[in-house]
Amino acid sequence: MIEVNAEGLSCPLPVVRTMEALKEHSGETIVVLVDEEVARDNVLRLAKMRNLTASVAAAAGGRYRITLTPVTERKANG
Amino acid sequence: MDDPFTFGQIAAVNALSDVYAMGGRPVTAMNIVCFPVKTMELAVLKEILLGGLSKMREAGVVLVGGHSVMDEEIKYGLSVTGVIHPDKVLLNRGCKEGDRLILTKPLGTGIAGTAEKADLAHPDLIARARESMTTLNMTAAEIMIEEDCVHACTDVTGFGLIGHACEMIEGEEVGMTIYSSQVPFFPGTLELIETGLVPGGLERNKQYRLPLIDKESSCPESVFEIMFDPETAGGLLLSVPPERAEGLVGRLRRAGVIEAAVIGEVEGRKKGRIKVV
Repeated sequence: MIEVNAEGLSCPLPVVRTMEALKEHSGETIVVLVDEEVARDNVLRLAKMRNLTASVAAAAGGRYRITLTPVTERKANG
Repeated sequence: MDDPFTFGQIAAVNALSDVYAMGGRPVTAMNIVCFPVKTMELAVLKEILLGGLSKMREAGVVLVGGHSVMDEEIKYGLSVTGVIHPDKVLLNRGCKEGDRLILTKPLGTGIAGTAEKADLAHPDLIARARESMTTLNMTAAEIMIEEDCVHACTDVTGFGLIGHACEMIEGEEVGMTIYSSQVPFFPGTLELIETGLVPGGLERNKQYRLPLIDKESSCPESVFEIMFDPETAGGLLLSVPPERAEGLVGRLRRAGVIEAAVIGEVEGRKKGRIKVV
């Protein structure tokens, strides 16, 4: 699992970092950490655009942990 | 913006725009520049100033001097002085019920710049945005002055289209309707928004003004967002009597302001609010 820590970064950097990780680790599950609602929403937009399954877990202090999984991999697994 | 000459041009266009938005004619300008002389080549500064000068010449403005400051980051702007008859000063207030709203440049320079920094903008989009940002609002202003029918005018910059539209009706007895399908924006910007490549300032603009906005479902979410894009050297937003709107847009387009469009109207109901349809 790849982790992208985008806490403290302002938009569009969380999306840019996530894009870089998706490119480098194509087909893998990627976890993105953000600490802004806007950043969370923008990463979710990217997920929708890239056809990834996204799940969000809220953490303390207004932080979010977003797990991005390629749809094809999920199908293969189950 | 990596090219210093273009950067200088854009800064000058942006600075001159305030005089145009008031219906004035800029006459003189002073350069204000901050530059890291110890870490950056002076040739860069020269290019910035040449870029600015090229736009001052185009505007018929005389550069009368300026100030330079040693700083860690490049900053460049102009203090512009213009002339106007006291009875003809246009303010951002003064819209009247029934007026049509005309926008003279497409939206999306903020989104384009954000994508360019992230190296994710299509070269066509970069070129379009650059061309728009280096275009003076001079022609639009000259036509606006000649037509002599504009009730209010502002230029669309950092607060985005809706932010500046809100300023036009703040505390006034009128509201506005904006037709999302008529608002011009650069091709490619919608896709960038849908990918999540949104400038931080856009969201701040949106959150700040959202309580004053009634968005109908007919306006797509991504088009709505573009209306909050923080613009650099954006176009003029004019409020004109309805019977003059079409003629004015036609004249603007024939004179080269080809993306000018009627994008909304001023309403008597719901004062201080903007409906986006």
